[in-house]
Amino acid sequence: MIKRLLVGARGKSFGLIVPLIAIAFGFIAGGIIMLLSGNNPILGYTALIQGVFGDMYYFGETLRMMTPLILSGLAVAFAFRTGLLNIGVEGQLIVGWLAAVVVGIYVDGPFALVLAILAGAVAGGLWGFIPGLLKAKYEVHEVIVTIMMNYIALHVSNHFIRNYLLASGQRTDFVNDSASLSSPFLEALTDYSRLHWGFFIAIFACVVMWFILWKTNKGYELRAVGYNKNASSYAGMNVKTNIILSMVISGAFAGVGGAMEGLGTYGYAQILSGFTNLGFDGIAVALLGASTSVGIFLAAFLFGGLKIGASNMQSAAGVAPELVEIVIALIIFFVASSYLIRWILGRLQQNKEEK
Amino acid sequence: MEYVIEMNNIRKEFPGIVANDNITLQVKQGEIHALLGENGAGKSTLMNVLFGLYQPEKGEIKVRGEKVAITDPNVANGLGIGMVHQHFMLVQKFTVTENIILGSEPTKGMNIDIRKAEKDVAAISEQYGLRVDPRAKIEDISVGMQQRVEILKTLYRGADILIFDEPTAALTPQEIKELIQIMKNLIKEGKSIILITHKLKEIMSVCDRCTVIRRGRGIGTVDVSDTDENKLAAMMVGREVSFSVEKGPAKPKDSVLSIRNLTVEDARGVKAVNTLNLEARAGEILGVAGVDGNGQTELIEAIAGLRKVTDGTISVSGQNITGLKPRKVTESGVGHIPQDRHKHGLVLDFTIGENILLQTYYQKPYSNNTVLNYTKMYEKARSLIEEYDVRTPNERTPARALSGGNQQKAIIAREVDRSPDLLIAAQPTRGLDVGAIEFIHSKLIEERDKGKAVLLVSLELDEVLNVSDRIAVIYEGQIVEIVDAAKTNERELGLLMAGGKRKEGEA
Ligand SMILES: Nc1ncnc2c1ncn2[C@@H]1O[C@H](COP(=O)(O)OP(=O)(O)OP(=O)(O)O)[C@@H](O)[C@H]1O
Ligand SMILES: [Mg+2]
Repeated sequence: MIKRLLVGARGKSFGLIVPLIAIAFGFIAGGIIMLLSGNNPILGYTALIQGVFGDMYYFGETLRMMTPLILSGLAVAFAFRTGLLNIGVEGQLIVGWLAAVVVGIYVDGPFALVLAILAGAVAGGLWGFIPGLLKAKYEVHEVIVTIMMNYIALHVSNHFIRNYLLASGQRTDFVNDSASLSSPFLEALTDYSRLHWGFFIAIFACVVMWFILWKTNKGYELRAVGYNKNASSYAGMNVKTNIILSMVISGAFAGVGGAMEGLGTYGYAQILSGFTNLGFDGIAVALLGASTSVGIFLAAFLFGGLKIGASNMQSAAGVAPELVEIVIALIIFFVASSYLIRWILGRLQQNKEEK
Repeated sequence: MEYVIEMNNIRKEFPGIVANDNITLQVKQGEIHALLGENGAGKSTLMNVLFGLYQPEKGEIKVRGEKVAITDPNVANGLGIGMVHQHFMLVQKFTVTENIILGSEPTKGMNIDIRKAEKDVAAISEQYGLRVDPRAKIEDISVGMQQRVEILKTLYRGADILIFDEPTAALTPQEIKELIQIMKNLIKEGKSIILITHKLKEIMSVCDRCTVIRRGRGIGTVDVSDTDENKLAAMMVGREVSFSVEKGPAKPKDSVLSIRNLTVEDARGVKAVNTLNLEARAGEILGVAGVDGNGQTELIEAIAGLRKVTDGTISVSGQNITGLKPRKVTESGVGHIPQDRHKHGLVLDFTIGENILLQTYYQKPYSNNTVLNYTKMYEKARSLIEEYDVRTPNERTPARALSGGNQQKAIIAREVDRSPDLLIAAQPTRGLDVGAIEFIHSKLIEERDKGKAVLLVSLELDEVLNVSDRIAVIYEGQIVEIVDAAKTNERELGLLMAGGKRKEGEA
């Protein structure tokens, strides 16, 4: 059995084993750091786990935290499947957040929620369209454009809030109830966490991504273009349109992620002093989740849990919450060096055979 | 012991397939040893085992009599084994010298001593007669030149056992002659060579001994002097193979492809096709013969809609297709077996089934315009895999995992099955074994007999002469002569291809 797993680890479809080992290494290294900084890793990790599962409130918060992470992970993964690196998920998420809140404030009635979410998707999609267009038409590298678009999103959004939408302090009005995702039922169920309906929208989005990529004509084309542009144009696909479309869909996922925060977690948009980091975390989620829907869901659960559990780790075991960021970074480091892991696995397997 | 390499009872499995099943290969010092087998027989796999890229499940390897474990290519390099792969592994943006020294750079302090490297490279290329420009970038040099770089790379690392995996498949006839000379020089310098090739002529002309494998199993090793092409082919395929192409006379009808004053520019803006005129009729195979680089590639790409037409018109079955997008060209009845299967022909990370549907995935019954019907797609793929004998564990195997020849068969299945009015076949049998070549040629003739037009573009004169009905000779972007295939010969074609005029009264 172990051998089967190892054999699997050497082929292309190394499946689960590499991310699992990366996660284990990340935690071990994090434990060593705790030891070095004078903490007890066993206590620390126990507190972390209790900070996720120990209490319905924490569990609800974890699911709430997962929601935008899933969507930004999907956004990164979708573009990646088409051979594009969308570093602009952060900005797409910010404009999606703002657009959804604006619609949520000004529109009321039965369709308010749907319209507000759509507004988030459209705004994010537009923010993806621009780098997509520049890439397709002028071959400007999407990484550079999307990074710049992040700053534009941040400052444009702050400008709008500050000058046109400011209600009290640093934020806009609350969105109308008809446009809100918050759910007294889910809150009550989870000991009054901020869990909202957006969690189910995120799950639905996982299914949507899987369906688009693996079941539709467009998905087939997008993947083909991602793998081999020459063969795609030979087969009559329009490479440029597909590049743009991919960035638009990717941006739309990100925008919906922002809408979830605006309509669910917070109910408003605020002046941001810096990036939310939700979009950047999406890169980590997509990487650990190997750009698959199921993988992204699980990776978002891990990272969401780590972020929520961190606070309990501090209060119960006195470990600084930054440690969690380090563990996340280490996990990503080990995933990125999966080549190393595969190489080690290969060596192990060989030694066994020689015996 | 006189053997430099002994691979005894090697077994290598891949998911769903035994690629090497108890194969034994013994190579003598100073010989050129041929490795022969059908597409997918397991030749590349066996050599990848020797080069340390794959680990065998069973068997032992001895180098110069000593048992070794070749755990990765560095170990192989250390043992003096070098490999030139079926598909090259060069960094396009690097110069020749940079590619050669990559991974074993001479250093001066902290810096790479590029001067010394260039001198070393020049010395080795002198010694073995491998002409290269050490400062040229890989992306700017020909395939033949790139191959020399690969060879130099192995020699630079001190290899004295060289593995060549189908080195001649991508070369022009002239380059093949030069490569054969290079191999002879290497032997003179005391090297040993393992050569994989599907061309029996090459085996007969340069090899000393030949090991034959079939479907992963060793069939035996023979002295080349004791055998001939027919015997080798029979050993490899397991039945008699006919080398002459069986076909009746062509019954050409109306014109299908009609090209008028076509001008096409290449990537550098030079007119590669220059006011070219050409006509192909239904029910005939029109061969296009020419020395590589005389506009064949640009001509094909222009017809297929992959390259911009500067001037002139192309029509298919009376419909003007000049400047149409590839999809529209395909839909107006053109099929295209591309010259470079990895660049244009396949999406290597798609399954073989997805690749077989690459031209039709969006049509009924495989799609209702939005959603794909994978059940129908894979059903279709299965039937074509069966019909064209594509050797693969199943239709969901990634195209990347198929042997080179089987990848080619999948492309041919896809293009021929649609039975287009005009079928462009560019080097359709490149990298195929003799049995598969026989089959592909019969398929092309079958299309002809169904009343389709076939445009066969090939650098191999044998193929053009045997399969075509008429042969158009292309030279510097123009058709200089059209000859009847039955009434010409290799010598005459060779002259025409070199730009010579046809002599009155000859042929
Ligand atoms: N990496 C791989 N994963 C799975 N299967 C593989 C892989 N490499 C090769 N195979 C399978 O092993 C068999 C032998 O392949 P190999 O490439 O050695 O054939 P070959 O003799 O070199 O053929 P060709 O003449 O067409 O190049 C084929 O059936 C192929 O599909
Ligand atoms: Mg091969």
